[in-house]
Formats: sequence, C-alpha cells, structure tokens
Amino acid sequence: MADVITYRAAVAEGIAREMRRDPAVVCLGEDIGEAEGVFKTTVGLYKEFGPDRVWDTPISEQAIAGAAMGAAMTGLRPVAEIMFSDFLACCWDYLANEIPKVRYMTGGQVTVPLVVRTANGGGLGFGAQHSQAVENWALTVPGLKIAAPSTAADVIGLMAAAIRSDDPVVFFEHKGLLAVEGPLPRGDHVVELGRAAVPRPGGDLTIVALASTVPTALAAADRLAAQDGVHAEVVDLRCLVPLDMTAVLESVERTSRLLIVEENPYQGGWGATVASIVADEGFELLDAPVRRVAAACVPLPFADALEDEVIPTVDKVTEAAQALVRY
Amino acid sequence: MIGAEELLGLYEQMALIRRTEKAAHDLFMAGLVKGTTHLAAGQEAVAVGASAALRTDDYVFATYRGHHHAMARGASAEECLAELMSKATGICRAKGGSMHLTKASAGMLGSYAIVGSHLPMAAGAAWSAKLRGTGQIAVAFFGDGATNIGAFHEALNLAAVWSLPVVFLCENNFYMEYTPIGRVTAVANPAADRAPAYGLKGEVIDGNDVIVVAEAVSRAAARARDGGGPSLIEAHTYRHYGHSRTDPAKYRPGEEVERWLKHDPLDIARSRLEALGVPAGAVAEADSRARETVEAAVTAAKEAPDADPAEAFTDVWADGGAAWRT
Repeated sequence: MADVITYRAAVAEGIAREMRRDPAVVCLGEDIGEAEGVFKTTVGLYKEFGPDRVWDTPISEQAIAGAAMGAAMTGLRPVAEIMFSDFLACCWDYLANEIPKVRYMTGGQVTVPLVVRTANGGGLGFGAQHSQAVENWALTVPGLKIAAPSTAADVIGLMAAAIRSDDPVVFFEHKGLLAVEGPLPRGDHVVELGRAAVPRPGGDLTIVALASTVPTALAAADRLAAQDGVHAEVVDLRCLVPLDMTAVLESVERTSRLLIVEENPYQGGWGATVASIVADEGFELLDAPVRRVAAACVPLPFADALEDEVIPTVDKVTEAAQALVRY
Repeated sequence: MIGAEELLGLYEQMALIRRTEKAAHDLFMAGLVKGTTHLAAGQEAVAVGASAALRTDDYVFATYRGHHHAMARGASAEECLAELMSKATGICRAKGGSMHLTKASAGMLGSYAIVGSHLPMAAGAAWSAKLRGTGQIAVAFFGDGATNIGAFHEALNLAAVWSLPVVFLCENNFYMEYTPIGRVTAVANPAADRAPAYGLKGEVIDGNDVIVVAEAVSRAAARARDGGGPSLIEAHTYRHYGHSRTDPAKYRPGEEVERWLKHDPLDIARSRLEALGVPAGAVAEADSRARETVEAAVTAAKEAPDADPAEAFTDVWADGGAAWRT
C-alpha cells in the first residue's frame, strides 16, 4: 500500500474502514454504487460491500435525507451523499427541521447517528449552483455537527469520528482538494470532532481557516515569511460544530492579531461567529481589529477571472495579513 | 378477523382518544394549554384500526395531528395531556408539545409538523428493517394535504423501487387546513390516484370503520412482511374540530358536517358491537372506564410539576448535553 493517498480516495477509504468495522454502516446516494460516485469518492465500496449496503438512489434529495434519518433512528448508521452541497437546499427541511431537532423535541427518546456528506466549494468554475461553500448554512442550525477536512488524513480521521458519532454530522468534502495527496494514516485513525489543528505555528498573527482556505492560508503564510519576515500561525478548525474556540483564543493570546479566511460569503459567514466570540471573550488579547477574508456577497460567477475576484485567494489573504501586521 | 372482545377493546381506545381530545380542547379554553392543538376527534378509527393490525415492534410515523396515533400505540392520556400543559411529566418532557407527541419505546417514532416530511423517514425505517431482516414494517400516517408536497412523491418512488416494507396511510379528511383538497388537487382521490404512477395499487377505504381499517392494514402489512413491497391506503374520514385551535371551520358546509357526524367512528363501532351481540352494558362500561381514565389524567396532569427550566439545555446531543463549542 502506498504511503500517500489523495483526498478523493481518502473519502472512500474512510467510509470503507468503518463499513468493515461496523455492519450497521450503510451508504446511499445518487450514482454512488456501480458508478462509484460522480467525484469518484465512493470507488470500491459497491464492489466490496455490495448492493445491500451501498444503495443507489433516484435524484430525490428529500428521500435520501429522510430515509437516512428513518434508518438512523432504527439501528443503522447511514452515510448519505448529497452530490453537490448546493443541493442541500433541495432537502433543507431535513437538515434544518428534522434531523437536528428530533432528539430534542422528543425529550431524548431517539438518536440520529448519521452522516450527510457532500461535495462543497468553488474554484473549479462550476458556476453559481455547483460551486458554493455552504458550511455557514449548517452552522445556522443548532443540533448539527459540522466537519470540513483540509487533508486526506483528516478526511479519514474525521470520517471515522463522524460515522461513530451518535449525533448527526454534516461532512463537507471540498471539491478543490479532491486531487491533493497527503500521508495515508495507518491503523485506527480517528480525529475527534471539534479539535482544531495548527499546521503552521507562528507568533505574529493567527490565521483561522477551514477546508480549502487552509492551503490558501498556508501558502500566504509561506509568502509572508519569505517576503516580509512575518510569521503567521495557521489554525485549521476542521469542524465548525463543535467549534474549538479554545484553540483560537489560545493562539490569539500569543499573536494578538486575528485574520479569518472563509470561502462562504462575508454576509452570514462562519467567520462572523468566530469573530464575535473573540470580541466577547478575547478583546483584551487583541492589538488590532479582527479581519475576515471571505467570499464577496454575490452569486459565484463562472469565468475563472471572475470567480477569483469573489473567493479568497493567496493574494487577498497575504494583503489582509500585511495590513493587519502594520496596524 | 376481529372478534367481539377485541372490537370492544378498540372501541374503548377510540372512546379514550375522543375524550382526551375533548379534554385537550377544554384545557386550552381554560388557559392551561398554550400554543396550538390539531385535534383528531372524528379520525380515531384510522389510528386505532391500523395499530390493531401492527406488531408491537413495527414503526409508526405521524403528523402534527397525531394525538390519536401516539395513544393508539400506547401513549397514556396523562403523559399526552401533561405534554400539552408544559409539565415535567409530559411524554416529551415538555420539549415537543402537541405537534410532536412521540412514544419511541412503543415504536411510535414521532409526530412531524412539516407536512409530508416523515414519509421518507418511514421509507428509511422500512429499509433498515429490511436490511436487518427483522420482519418489521413501517407505517406513515399523513393527511390529504401532504399528497401535494414533493416528499410524498419522492418517498413513494423510493419505497417502490427498493420494494420496502412500508404502508402509506392517508387520512383524507377532505381539507388541507382550510381549503377543500379537491380544489387544489388534479385528481379525485389525492393519495390513491397517485399510487399507480409509482406502480402501487391505491386503495380507498372507509376510515371511520375501525374494522375496515384494521383489515386493510392487515393485508398491507402481510404483503410488506412477505416481501411484497409498499402499499398505499387512502382512508376517508372527517375531523370534528377545525384545523387547529383558532379555526372554527366555518368553511365546511353544514349538511356535510352533519352527514359526517352521523358517520362517527364510535357509532359505527357501537353498531358493529351490537350486531356481534355485545351487551349495551359492556359498551357503557367501556365508556365509563374511558371517562374515568381521562378525568384522572386531567387531575394528574394539572397537579404535575412544571417543566424544569434546565430542561431547555438537555437532549440536543446524544450525550444529553447542548455544548456546541469549547
């Protein structure tokens, strides 16, 4: 077995490891079985586990999410795929009203151990209805856990934790990272939900990032070190719920400066929640205002030149960091 | 076949539900129930008849008009009324309310207040039962109004193509909230006429005759357990109250209401009991037991402690807590 794996293959590897471990784990979604997924993130599952555990569905997002919920309430651990995260809107009732609320509103009578996994994010020129980063949609709903890995190893580790979780988890797989290779973790690799990582330590400012914005932030940090002698600390949140504010506040305590890089639009973006907590609880730690580099508040355009205008880039993050250090 | 003794039991369950709904109404008018209620008086035979045809480990999913479904699966009048009255002893610990009565320990997996949302859930529970090989089936009760929402159609199609052991049971009370269902639906039988589009037979039955309901659901359940896949039953029925607490239902023609009140599930069951030779005294005893049970339930619910405010912060997550950040 190779020592490296792509983010794309890590999705199927993470699911397969859990399906081998627990016969209650099943998969459902559009084109995930014999076709092995439109993003090839379910390669090998149908062949290894067969049609009883890997189910092809019609294009029926409400049926997918609702059936996963009913199955989760009755003894299975379904992993449901919603092909593009934009399509979560087609079954938003289940993510907003049903899955996160049923345990609470029944006074704890039921649990919903399921994973809704979905291909998220832009940078590939798919236009306004196939490119959005919508982690912030899920963040508006108490009762959902939210994972959004930035590396292949975290895909495997967070997938294990998500599938083993007795709570519903929305699992965002970033389309722009699918081809990226990283080390293949061995053994029972589990990354606890709600634990941020610090892929690059530094003392001059904190850059908080998630999924695709982690490599963007790391590239900006390289450039800042080389060009300006500025040492940025990059915090990869890995999850939005649970949100590891301890890690963010500890980092800000060292650096006194906070830059948040998020792919969802500035309006209503997840960075606003992080910023408000730092304003409430970390005001005395700061030597400069909190800054956010987020997507512009327009629908995502098609052309690369236009899309680059809208979503965070290494240039935008570098410039924002330079301004923050100069403040 | 349902014999005299079993039918008397079903009658008593329906009488209990009828009186519980009346108590819910009265408690609301007395200011002891807040929010809203969607009472099922008049529709008892669908829930009670269907439940009589099910195994105790089968799964039931219901709607915000679901008091009768919870009680037909074993929820007590006391825990239901306590829930409506925001009491700590409520069936959902006062976190659900009238629209979300649930008795998971009896396979009654919830009452859902987004129209049609629970049909895919029932398909999923049926899928789970099929994979686990338990012989269980799932039943989704839903109203006529749900037949015009996408989840209904997605669920029927999925259940059909996966040949799932699920029964879709429409309680057609002829009104989607305030509007006659016929005025907003392209076919005469809103559920049954759609079934053939998914390769299913749609059966229309008298939903006010508990025997008819029990027999139809028994057939559908047996088919589901034998691997015959899903069924759709459209049960005609009628609600005695308005859509919700604030609705006096003035949009319903007087002669229509009168006709349905003469076709009351309790009267129909009483006639059947009489035909089976059950003495009137036995029926009267069932009625008085139901009355006493509901009176005791009202007293107990009134005397129960209010919900503890700390309950607001429990049961979000499986660990019992509500923490979303460090």
